[in-house]
Amino acid sequence: MTALETSGAKPTATKEIPTNAPKPSRGALLLGVAAWVIGIIFVFPVLWMLLTSLHSETNAATNPPSFFAPLTLESWANFFGASSGASPWPPLINSATASIISTILVLVLSIPAAYALSIKPVRKWTDVMFFFLSTKMLPVVAGLLPIYLIAQFAGMLDNIYTLVIIYTSMNLPIAVWMMRSFLAEVPVEVLEAAAMDGCGLLRTLRQIVIPMVLPGIAATSLICFIFSWNELLFARVLTATVAQTAPVFLTGFVTSQGLFLAKVCAAALAVSLPVLIAGFAAQDKLVQGLSLGAIK
Amino acid sequence: MSTSVDRPAGAGAQAPAPAGGKDTSLQRAGDWARRAPLLPALIFMILVTQLPFIGTLIISFMNWNAYYPDQIGFNGLDNYITILTSPNFLSAIWTTILLTAGVVLTSLVLGTVIALLLDRAFRGRGIVRTMMITPFLIVPVAAALLWKHALYNPSYGLFNGMLTLIFGENAPQPDWISQWPLGSIIASLVWQWTPFMMLIILAGLQGRPLDVIEAARIDGCSTWQVFRYMTFPHLRQYLELGGLLGSIYVVQNFDAVFTITSGALGTANLPFIIYQTFYNAKEYGQASAAGVITLIGTIAIATFALRVVSSLFREEGR
Repeated sequence: MTALETSGAKPTATKEIPTNAPKPSRGALLLGVAAWVIGIIFVFPVLWMLLTSLHSETNAATNPPSFFAPLTLESWANFFGASSGASPWPPLINSATASIISTILVLVLSIPAAYALSIKPVRKWTDVMFFFLSTKMLPVVAGLLPIYLIAQFAGMLDNIYTLVIIYTSMNLPIAVWMMRSFLAEVPVEVLEAAAMDGCGLLRTLRQIVIPMVLPGIAATSLICFIFSWNELLFARVLTATVAQTAPVFLTGFVTSQGLFLAKVCAAALAVSLPVLIAGFAAQDKLVQGLSLGAIK
Repeated sequence: MSTSVDRPAGAGAQAPAPAGGKDTSLQRAGDWARRAPLLPALIFMILVTQLPFIGTLIISFMNWNAYYPDQIGFNGLDNYITILTSPNFLSAIWTTILLTAGVVLTSLVLGTVIALLLDRAFRGRGIVRTMMITPFLIVPVAAALLWKHALYNPSYGLFNGMLTLIFGENAPQPDWISQWPLGSIIASLVWQWTPFMMLIILAGLQGRPLDVIEAARIDGCSTWQVFRYMTFPHLRQYLELGGLLGSIYVVQNFDAVFTITSGALGTANLPFIIYQTFYNAKEYGQASAAGVITLIGTIAIATFALRVVSSLFREEGR
């Protein structure tokens, strides 16, 4: 690695410093317009999904598209079970249960672990860090069958708590890496003072460390929540009717069923809504979570 | 899994030995006190993520079809031979490579261009950034459904609708998914993954040494020179990181393949084919052998990825 690369490699909080601020020339204006156009192209399918979900089924499936058809909440009402069809509430509640409980478990396991990897590091703590990371890089599909067989043997198929365990293991490495980078920023003096006052591990964590890294914990939880909420493969294999999650419920729309476009769009958007909210809330920490803490 | 990664910050990484090093029992107690908070997470991970691989390895040497429970037994390398000579599996390897490379490279290029655009000051930059990350925040199955039904559908999808709108009654109305099955999946995934790449590259751009760039500008470097000799070398490791993390996630893609084509038309990738062998055909032995082969293939990428993360990690220091 050359000196040039390392010299500036530490990403600092220089977010709002624009590179060429002062001269809004014509070129700069054009580039700004280009950025806007690209942003609109990327967000357009989502807006289209929203608009379609607000049209009646006959207006949703027209060619050419009817952008200005009258708006209606029919499909949303339809999706949430006003008319016939399976109610989406049990799958949504299952997804919320699996995501929230697994996120809490992840925090309970990862915060002490991150403490033992940064504040009072164990020997060879980097090896442990890379062990956690390596589990994230192996294909989950290679472990799918044994997990299925164990769940079958234990009578835990179609049980939401099986998914809780799987999602916890899926997100724990991400959380350990993120939490470690947050805990590493806690000043040593504060911890020394706590030790001087005779604080034990739990009390140090609860009264000193956790309040100081609360924003980091919030970001970590939101990212773990998103990943759990999105997961399909394990949920599809390990659940059936009782513990079915929202993404599994959505796979019911894979084959076309006559006029159903508005309902599909309402369903897809409704299921994505919690992720959109969590994602926008965690926007600034999103990169850090997705890169497993490699980028600050 | 142990890999030969350069360990960051060698000396500083070691836990300092307790002051009274003579009392070994006290030292040992101190070691365990340090380890205690780590153990629950570590044991949990080993149990849930490592043991299943051992199970997969054992089952991969067995003749085990759940439809014929009386014929279970070991059959040596038979499953590996079946899998490695099966045209379906071999084409799944190729599909996985095409899909991953297509998605990762395209979204990396687009992500870099968009990150460069967003790194400049302009009116509404925050809004554009938020618009850009929206595709990444759609549940993958929902995104695949959106593309399959609302965009690609040949009779009422938005794409063909726009063609009619622009070119009138005689506009071409392709059946996107049947004509370009893999391309359709790649396009929908590029839409979801470009924001991810953009965020990583943008983080890289914002970590540039601005004073050095300013100095180069004053010395008369052109914008292109600054990009070629300063920005690009600095971005290289972020491009590597984005590419590798993207590969790790996209190699495992199941949702889009399952939803858009259900693995038909030559789009079945490794996760899908393993899922099918295990879940539909109930060929547990063969599915496990395929899993082991996938695992070996991934370890190669993972080792390289760990090295890249490790170099970033080292620079960050402690």
